[in-house]
Amino acid sequence: MSEELQELGDLIQGKQPDAVVGFEVNAMNELVMEVAPVALPGFIEFLRSNRHCKFSTLIDITAVDFPSAAKRFEVVYHFLSMYMNHRIRIKALVAEDEVVPSICEVHSSANWFEREVFDMYGILFSDHPDMRRILTDYGFRGYPLRKDFPTTGYTECRYDEEAKRVVYEPVSLVQEYRQFDFMSPWEGAKYILPGDDKAEGAK
Amino acid sequence: MDGNFKDAKVGEQRIRNFNINFGPQHPAAHGVLRLILELDGEIVDRCDPHIGLLHRGTEKLMESRTYLQNLPYFDRLDYVCPMNQEHAWCLAIEKLTGVEVPRRASLIRVLYCEIGRILNHILNITTQAMDVGALTPPLWGFEQREILMEFYERASGARIHANYFRPGGVHQDLSQELLDDIMQWTFEFPEIIDDIDGLLTENRIFKQRNVDIAVISEQEALDWGFSGVMIRGSGMAWDLRRAQPYECYDEFDFKIPVGTNGDCYDRYLCRMQEMRESLSIMQQAIKKLEESTGDVLARGKLTPPSRGDMKTSMEALIHHFKLYTEGFHVPEGEVYACVEAPKGEFGVYLVSDGSNKPYKAKIRAPGFLHLAAMDHICKGHQLADVAAVIGSLDVVFGEIDR
Repeated sequence: MSEELQELGDLIQGKQPDAVVGFEVNAMNELVMEVAPVALPGFIEFLRSNRHCKFSTLIDITAVDFPSAAKRFEVVYHFLSMYMNHRIRIKALVAEDEVVPSICEVHSSANWFEREVFDMYGILFSDHPDMRRILTDYGFRGYPLRKDFPTTGYTECRYDEEAKRVVYEPVSLVQEYRQFDFMSPWEGAKYILPGDDKAEGAK
Repeated sequence: MDGNFKDAKVGEQRIRNFNINFGPQHPAAHGVLRLILELDGEIVDRCDPHIGLLHRGTEKLMESRTYLQNLPYFDRLDYVCPMNQEHAWCLAIEKLTGVEVPRRASLIRVLYCEIGRILNHILNITTQAMDVGALTPPLWGFEQREILMEFYERASGARIHANYFRPGGVHQDLSQELLDDIMQWTFEFPEIIDDIDGLLTENRIFKQRNVDIAVISEQEALDWGFSGVMIRGSGMAWDLRRAQPYECYDEFDFKIPVGTNGDCYDRYLCRMQEMRESLSIMQQAIKKLEESTGDVLARGKLTPPSRGDMKTSMEALIHHFKLYTEGFHVPEGEVYACVEAPKGEFGVYLVSDGSNKPYKAKIRAPGFLHLAAMDHICKGHQLADVAAVIGSLDVVFGEIDR
C-alpha cells in the first residue's frame, strides 16, 4: 500500500511540479502533500480529473492553528477516490492575512466547509459565492477555534425577564475555568512552583 | 360586458416570490433546522438552511480535555447511534498509538455498531414515514429501539450515552445471557421489518410522496461529497466496511444494498435491506464471540488495570490514578480515521502534539454534507416535498452542528 501511495505521490508531483511543495507517506500510511495556496483550484481539478488520481469526493476541509509559526494556519483538505479506493491529504500553509482561493467551482461540497473554516478560524476564501458564518450565533464576533480564543468565549446570553428578550453580556465566571496543569514537578517544570518563590535558593 | 374591471390594475400588479421560515421548531425538521425557503407559488426556488442552532463547540472543548474525557462527546454527536461515533475516535487513537485491540473486543464492537445501525435506520425510516403522513410505523419501530437501547444499557449502563468503546477495546465484557438475548431478538426482529415493509413499501401514499422525489445522480452525489446510503441509493456500491475494512469486518459475510434511481424511495429500500444485513452480521458476530473468550481491553498504558491487580499491586493503583487524572499521552502525529456510520462516512482528523490532550480534532459528519446539498436538491420541488427530502437525507443536528 505504501509503495503505491509513494508512486502516486511521485506521479502527482511530476505532473504538477509548480503546485506541489513536497509530499510524504507518513507512518499511518497516509499520503500527505503540501501545496502552494495559489495553485489550489487548478491542482484540485487535476486530482479530480486525472485518471490515476480520480479523487472524486471531497471528504473534509479544516484548518489547524499554530500561533507561533510564520504562516499561522494549515488549511487541510481530505480527498477520497471511490473509484481507485485511495485517500490523500492536502495541506496549504497560509498566514493570518492571506486569502485562499476557493475550490467551490471544482467541488460543490466545499461551499459549507469553507464557510465553516472562515467561521472558526477567520481564513477568507476568494471567489466563494456565499462567505457567511455558518455554525456560530447570528452576530457572533471572533474566531472560536483559534488557539488564542478562550474556551469560555467572551459573551454569554440569557433571557431577561424585564426586557422580555434575550440579552448578551460579558462572560462572568463564578470560578476560574479549570485548566489543569499535568506537568510533573519532578520532570522539570519550567516555572517556579507555588510556594517555592518564598524559599531562598529558588531565585 | 358582464362586469367592469377598470379598477383592477392588472398590468401593474407585481408578482413576487414568497419567503417562508421553516423551523427552527418544526416537527419535520428533525431537530433544530431553520430553512429560509423562497417559494414561487408552491415550488421551492431557493432553500437556505441555517444551521448551528445546536452548536456546542465540541471541537473547541475537546482541545482542553484528555483523550478519555473526550470520548463521551462522541455519544452526543449523532445521538441516534452513539457507539458508531465512539468507534471512530477509538480507531484514531489506536492508529496513532499502535494499539492492537483484542479479538473479543473487536467482535463486540462490530456487534454494537450493527445495533447502532439498526437503531438509526428504524428511527429514520419510521420518522420519514411520519413526515409523509403515516403514524403507525414510528409506534411500532420505537418499541424495537427501546429493546435495542436496553442492550446498550446492559452492556454499558446507559441507554444512549454509552461511553462503552474505549481506546484499546471496550469497557466491560458481555455476559452470555445478554448475547443469548440479542441472538433471540435477531430472530424476532425480521417479523417487525416485514410488518413495516407491509405498511410502507407498496403503500400508495408513501410511494406518491417518495418515488422520483429528490433524484440524485451518481455524479451529483460525488460532487456533493455524499456517503453511506445517500450514495448507495444512487447506484454506487460504496461501503467502507467492504472497501477499506476496519476492525474485523473483512471476516463477515454481508451484502451491500444498492439503489438504481437515487430517489427517496430507493434510499428507503436500501435502509430496509441494510437492517436485514445488519441482523446477519450480528448473528455471525455472536457465533464468533462464543469461540473467542479472553480479555476485552488491551492492557497497557491506554487502559486501566484489572480490579484484581489494583488490590494487590501498588504500580497498578498508581497507573489507575494517573490514567484517570492525567490521562495517557499520544505520540506526536496526525491521522484520519473513519467508520461507515449508519448515515455515511463519519471521520475524525486528529492532530496530536504528544501531550495528553488532542491539539486539534476535526469531526467529519456525513450529515453536514448531505444537508449542504439541500438547496441543490430542493430546487424545483414542491414545498411539501421538503419534509420528505429532509427525512430521506437522514439529518441529525447533534453531528451537523457539533
